[in-house]
Amino acid sequence: MSLGAEVHVVIGAFEEHLQLEVAEGEVLAVLGPNGSGKSTLLRALAGLRPLTAGRIVLDGVVLDDPAAGVLVPPERRPCGMVFQDYLLFPHLTALANVAFGLRSRGASKSEANRRALVWLDRMDLGERAGSRPGQLSGGQAQRVAMARALATEPRLLLLDEPMAALDAGVRGSVRHQLRRNLAEFSGSCVMVTHDPLDAAAIADRLVIVEAGAVVQQGTMEEVTTRPRTGYVAELMGLNLLRGVGRGRSLALADGTTLETASAWSGDVLAAIAPRDVALYVDRPDGSPRNTWPARVAEVHLMGDRVRVLLDGPVRLTAEITPAALSQLGLTEGAPVWASVKATQIDVYDETS
Amino acid sequence: MVAVATVTVAFLAIPLVGLVTKASWSTLWTDLTTPIAIDALKLSLVCSLWATGLSLVLGLPLAWVLARTRFPGRDLVRALTILPMVLPPVVGGVALLLAFGRDGLVGRPLYAWLGIQFTFSTAGAVLAETFVAMPFLIITVEAALRSMDGRYEEAASSLGAGRWTTFRRVTLPMIGPSLIAGIALTWARALGEFGATITFAGDIQGRTQALPLAVYLALQENEHVAVALSLALLAISIVVLVALRGRWLGAINS
Repeated sequence: MSLGAEVHVVIGAFEEHLQLEVAEGEVLAVLGPNGSGKSTLLRALAGLRPLTAGRIVLDGVVLDDPAAGVLVPPERRPCGMVFQDYLLFPHLTALANVAFGLRSRGASKSEANRRALVWLDRMDLGERAGSRPGQLSGGQAQRVAMARALATEPRLLLLDEPMAALDAGVRGSVRHQLRRNLAEFSGSCVMVTHDPLDAAAIADRLVIVEAGAVVQQGTMEEVTTRPRTGYVAELMGLNLLRGVGRGRSLALADGTTLETASAWSGDVLAAIAPRDVALYVDRPDGSPRNTWPARVAEVHLMGDRVRVLLDGPVRLTAEITPAALSQLGLTEGAPVWASVKATQIDVYDETS
Repeated sequence: MVAVATVTVAFLAIPLVGLVTKASWSTLWTDLTTPIAIDALKLSLVCSLWATGLSLVLGLPLAWVLARTRFPGRDLVRALTILPMVLPPVVGGVALLLAFGRDGLVGRPLYAWLGIQFTFSTAGAVLAETFVAMPFLIITVEAALRSMDGRYEEAASSLGAGRWTTFRRVTLPMIGPSLIAGIALTWARALGEFGATITFAGDIQGRTQALPLAVYLALQENEHVAVALSLALLAISIVVLVALRGRWLGAINS
């Protein structure tokens, strides 16, 4: 185990308390809504925010342990950090930015510059070595920031929303390059993001943080198919229902009953993919059984798909084709029938 | 509005016009090279540069502390540092006299044990100018530090830079324009200092008689010299103003 952290930070009324472990060579993505404490976590790991309680251990070395009176300052931690807006030093060239950490850690100017240039070359930025940050594109600045953080060969790499400041157009290529850099990186990496796509493309494992606590963790697949909170479900584009299992039926809080494919008991969660929610103008006959009246709350066009938010006894999002939309003649406020097949409702224990 | 504005501009400009038109340009060079003028010019240069250097050495750390740390009574400390800006300079001189004079709070032991005396000495003139001018440096630099994104310093520390390296390689270059503006303002203020200097350090040619003192003295005896020296000070002020225009003044405003 390379990084083991129990982070307990209290800032005014906000309290963060979470535990995480990251193996050597592993990339952990931390997802969460704004204000959930993701950045605070990174700052605590970097030493920019001392822990109120808890412990941070990296490669067997205690970095922060208020109970034992240990606090290693940021400049003496083997950590590299990429900030959300990169924070490249505006008065220094790309090369000097990358060499900064090496020089701070004792390398001579020529040695630091030589190694910094190797890093810039690795990022395909060798020819921009003399440019100031203001002259770089967003994608280039991001890569300089990565090179700067990696140049000191940290044992722990901290990425704070590394793609958030990029245009959609360059995100794909930058993501690809980031993934390549991280594959070569031997230390542990914690990446904060709010984009599940970034997490899916780059991270080995996922931790979801809400209100300063871990609400779910696991592999990308586990989290995407079995969301545990409304936030996660929304992030993954799934409908999440909470109810009580009674055999092969599921009682929702509002009294609606859903029929499920297998038998359950106790508090359970049910995930329904929007594309599995079928819409009808008139009540459909025969199966499926899970049918209820609803009202169209919002219609969102998303490329070749249309997302229809439904109001009614069960609040759901349905995904249909634009053709189906015009065929059904759905507009906001229109009445509609929604139905889901029992086999398309994924039921799982709330706690497991 | 426009009429009043015109009067205001005239009010500000006419004295300067008077200074320029009443000057005896033909004797300017001889006026400026009289012993009194030369001594005053030399002394002013030395004293104001010393005062600026002292303000830098003493004021920069204080500006950093005021901008970057929190401690009880910080607002009080800030008010104290700005006080010399609003305090009548003569009062500052009296206060300095009571503190650093031969009978002063600090001045007496200094004189008794080390033989150091500030009154009637160039060191006293430097002290008076520093007292009056340093606030300009402190508030300019503090404002620059506050408007600078402190996260750059965090980025530096995450890259292994200690506090001093961070200050030297990141903070100082990033506040550079404001720092230069602060230095220029401080130097200009030190150069023009009159009240505190004459009250505390006295008016001794070649020792404490800086330019403004020499101008005042010369006005009573030899108006030519006074006007010539005033012109010299005006020229210096204009040079500072021109040097400060554009982004340097912008840096103060931001």
